[in-house]
Order: sequence, then structure tokens, then C-alpha cells
Amino acid sequence: MKLYDSIELAGRNLRESVLRNSLTTLGISVGVASLVAMLSLGIGLQQLASRRLQRSGLFDSIVVTSRRDLRGYNREQEEDGPAPAESPDLNEAARLKIASVPGVVEAYPDLRFITEVRFDDKPHLTMVAGLPFSSKDGDSFEGMQGKFFSSADAHEAILQKSFAAELLGKPSRGAQEINVAEVAKPLLGKQVVMRYSERESTGQDAASYSVISHEMPLTIVGVTDLDPDSMRGSARARVFIPQNLIESMRPMQAYDMRTSRGVTSDQPIYGNVIARVSGAGKVDAVEQSIKKLGFNTFSILDATKSMRRFFAILDLFLGIFGSLALTVASIGIINTLVMAILERRREIGIMKAVGASDGDVRGLFFAEAGAMGLLGGICGTALGWVIGRVINFGTNIYLKGQGFPPENIWSVPVWLVAGAVGFAFVVSLLSGLYPASRAARLDPVQALRYE
Amino acid sequence: MALLGTSGSGKSSLLNLIAGLDSPSLGTVIVEDQNLSGLSREQLAKYRRHTVGMVFQSFNLIPSMSVLENVELPLRFAEVERTKRTAMAISALEKVGLSGRLRHRPIELSGGEQQRVALARALINQPRILLADEPTGNLDSRTGTEVMDLIRELNQSLKMTVALVTHERELAEKYANRLIFLADGKVVNDQPNPARTQAGVQA
Repeated sequence: MKLYDSIELAGRNLRESVLRNSLTTLGISVGVASLVAMLSLGIGLQQLASRRLQRSGLFDSIVVTSRRDLRGYNREQEEDGPAPAESPDLNEAARLKIASVPGVVEAYPDLRFITEVRFDDKPHLTMVAGLPFSSKDGDSFEGMQGKFFSSADAHEAILQKSFAAELLGKPSRGAQEINVAEVAKPLLGKQVVMRYSERESTGQDAASYSVISHEMPLTIVGVTDLDPDSMRGSARARVFIPQNLIESMRPMQAYDMRTSRGVTSDQPIYGNVIARVSGAGKVDAVEQSIKKLGFNTFSILDATKSMRRFFAILDLFLGIFGSLALTVASIGIINTLVMAILERRREIGIMKAVGASDGDVRGLFFAEAGAMGLLGGICGTALGWVIGRVINFGTNIYLKGQGFPPENIWSVPVWLVAGAVGFAFVVSLLSGLYPASRAARLDPVQALRYE
Repeated sequence: MALLGTSGSGKSSLLNLIAGLDSPSLGTVIVEDQNLSGLSREQLAKYRRHTVGMVFQSFNLIPSMSVLENVELPLRFAEVERTKRTAMAISALEKVGLSGRLRHRPIELSGGEQQRVALARALINQPRILLADEPTGNLDSRTGTEVMDLIRELNQSLKMTVALVTHERELAEKYANRLIFLADGKVVNDQPNPARTQAGVQA
């Protein structure tokens, strides 16, 4: 029998006992729905967690350090490069080399220094860090008041909100309690004066330099909501100035004292260089390439491995619970089809008498199981989607009540939809295996004997 | 050819053996030079599809299908194309005089009409042998005669062997050319129909 005919006959049979078959299909729907709801929550939570990390800005960044600097650090990984003593310096040439590694979008030195910033003639001690102009496009400054730097080397500053509060003389409170808009309002457009120490060549020999103190006025253009204790390394600074500006200042760095060798006035050695990668997926490969250049690397991806393992296990368990419901549903299919065999004994006998082969009968029952599975899968996915939505909605109401911003803890990717429908279909076919072969083996003489 | 005997004498079993629905525990069944015991289940299904047609006492139509769909059913298994299949079924139903009842359900028809539908279904694949198991058993004598007349007519026009199982001696003598008597699973007598030898019709 042709496939189309099997499907047509199966459809007719399903319509014949519409109530029973609808109930069976409903069973599959509920099973699939629980599976989809469980997994969509698992995936949603995972995305929520990694979105947090992505926002932290280090998810697609690699911190590159010199092997000279950190002897003994990551020792086992040093075997695939030169020994610490022969490893290259992390200087401008090295930065350019790192920047040209395929997959690296940009590489910039992580420049920061502790200094005095004056506001209203009152000095405040803080960490100042460079911020690449490309951060403007990222979402790491979500919730920032004011604007980003007007140009890549503008004499402008973005303040962390707790520093802003400090400038205003507000008592120091937890970062969570500070309202960004409130502290930003009186500060935006105002000026602060930053002191810094420039390293300047003395002209005597390459390794000697003098330190000259400067002052630079900066206009406050923005106040960020970033938690200084969040994952982002540079966020530990409380004043940000444009990366190009900080580079042109040639500020004295804490580690300048440490490395006397090769430090010349116009050839600074960087403490670490941050390489931004075009996607989190490429971090591993880029890390390997940079290691081959003779540097040490660190990425947050290493740190998230355990988190990803946790979510893999969570998804597995959620999937198992979801599948349990589907197992119950598949028993429902078996039950329905076995009932159908009993009911349609005679019909099967007739079909065989007029020339149906075992395969034809089997195909017919398979088609019925498959149709129920497919329909149940589609309805179930839709139902699971609705359930996920409702849970998400409820959670957000709860979060709102607790004073947290709403979060999307639920996600149904396309592969989950396709996978759930496909899985329901396959499970149904497997469930149909036994009834179908039983129907196929039915003895037509027996089936036709009784009225 | 008529198979006669009391109930339990084995006439239906013999018919099922010829139909390839059952297989003998001992011995062989040879139909049209083909040993049925040597055929696989798949081949037996093909054999039933093309070589034999069956008519039953209880008609055995599928109640959920229309008359037309019932007649078409063997063609589905023979993988005949849809449009051709419908045309063939309609012409088969014309032959049994039911062309006006295509869309009816079997239950809406009289017993005689249902048996004619069954007959059309049995003949749709142009089998060489028609196996009829008490085809008049559920019919009153008038419609029974009508059905038997139709079977004889088809037997002559289509040059098709008819094996008729019945316990009614009169019916057998009226229509069959050869009478086989069975008792306790054995052939006890096999003879040309004495009442019809002069007619000379091949059975």
C-alpha cells in the first residue's frame, strides 16, 4: 500500500473513534508540554545566567599577560611555548600581534592607576581606568545616565555611581541602594580635575625615565549603574576615561616599578592586554593562538565551564522529568492501539482477505501512531509554550513584588520546538511498534470466524 | 464447483486453505500450479490480491467505508492509482447493478445489496478463482437466488472458476457443475453434478 493511502486510512480510523484518539493525543500533548516547559525554563535560566556574564564584558574577552610577569602561573600551560625567561615582552609590538590573531576584534592594554580626582576642590582617591570606545556598542553600559564619550580621546569621564555619590558627599551606602538618575543629575556636565603621573624619558639611556606630575580637567558625561564588584575587571575602577586618552597620557603604572628591564619611555610594557573576540564561541581557539605567541591568557570562559556543566545537568534532569510524562503518554498510545486492534479484528481480517500484506496492516497502525504523535507533539509544544509564558509571567510578578527588575527566565528556541515535535513523533512510532506488529500477525481466519 | 457438507465437515477450512488465509499442518495446497505452502506471507498476500476473490456469508464489508471505498479497498493494497481505482470500482459496481449506491454505507443497504458489493469487491482485481463461503446464508431465498444468478452470470462472462461452499444441496445442484462432499475433514464424494451434466458448462 502506498504511504499516502496508509495515511488516509489511518486518518479515517482516527476519526472513527474520535473521543478515544483525542484523549490519547491530549495525553501526548501534556507529555510534550511538560517536556517543553521544563526544558524551556532550563534553557531560559541558562541564557539569563550567560546574558549576565555577557553583559559583564569579559565573556568575549581574553586577558593576556606576559609570562615574565607571572612566573609559575598556569605553569602546566607554559609547556607549549617558550620558557618564562625567553618569552616576549607584552609591549606595543606584542599588542599589534595579538590584535592580528584571527577572531580578535581589538586588543588594548588594560591601563589603570590610582590617583587623586578633585571635585569642588575636595580630593578623592580612586582608580582610573581606560575604556575602549568600542564599549559604546556593547550593552555593558545599560542603564547609564548621560552619554558615552563624544570621541575616542575626548577629555571626558564616566563615573561609577558610588563614586558619584561620594563626590556629592552622600553617605556611602550599598551600591544597590544608590539611584543612578539621582546622583547623575547634579554631576553631568560638571568638571573634575584628575592628577596623574607621566612617565617621561630622561634622554640619558633607554631604561631610565622621570615621573612628572600633571593635572587634567575632565568633563563628566555619564554615570553608570554598573556594580563595581561585578565580573567586569575594569569596572573595579570608579572613573573611566577614553582608552586613547589614557594611552596618550603614558601614565605611570603600578607594574612599571616591577619590570625594570626593557622599560623605555616610549616603549611601555603593558601589565595586561585585553583581546576582545568577535564571539564567545571563538574564545577557545583565539586563546590557543595567543598562547602560541608566548603569552599567558585567561578568559571568563574557563570560569564558566563549571556553570555550563551545572546547566547541562539541570537540563538533563528537567528533560528526564519531562520525558516521564511523555512515557506515560506513550503507554496511552500503546493502550489505544491495542484496543483498536481488538475492536478492528474483523476489519484487519477483511483487509488481509482482500490482499493486505502484513506490512500494509503494520503501516496502517504505524501511521495512526505517528499521526497521534505528530498532532500531540504540535499541540503539546504550543501548550508548553503557553505554560512557560505563564510561569515567566508569574515569576516576573513575584520579582516585581520583591523589587527586582523583570527577567526573561524562559526561552523556546527553534531547535526545541523541532526537537519536541520530532521526539513525540519518534516516541509514538516506537509505541506503535508492538500494536502494529501484533495487528500484522493477526490470523485472518480467526479474525473472520466470529460474528 | 460446490463444496458440500454439514457444519464442521471442513468445507470452510478447505476454502480458507485455497484462499491462502490458512496453511495446512500436513500436505500441500496447489492452486494454478502454485504451491501455497512455498509462498512467504508477503507472496500469499499478493496471491490473495490477484488470484482469488472472496465472498463471505456475513458479507464482511467495512462499516466505516462507503460502498465505493469498500470495493476500492483491494486496489489500494495493489497500489493502483487513485483515479484509475475509482473508475474500476465504479465499473465493478455497475456489473453487480449497484451504480446508484456509491456513497452509501454498507449498513444502509439490504443484505442482497451488501452481498453484491462484496461480490464487486471480490471481482475488482479480476481473480481467476472466486471463493464463496455460504454467500446466501444470511439472505432470504429470493435475494439468495438473485445473488447466485449473478455469480453464475459472472462465472460465465468472466470465465472464472467459482468454488461455492454450502450446506444446501438444492442450491449446489442448481448452480454447480461439480459436487464435492466433505465429512469430518475428508472428501467423501467428488462427482459431476448429475442434474447439470448435459448443460456442459465449465466450472
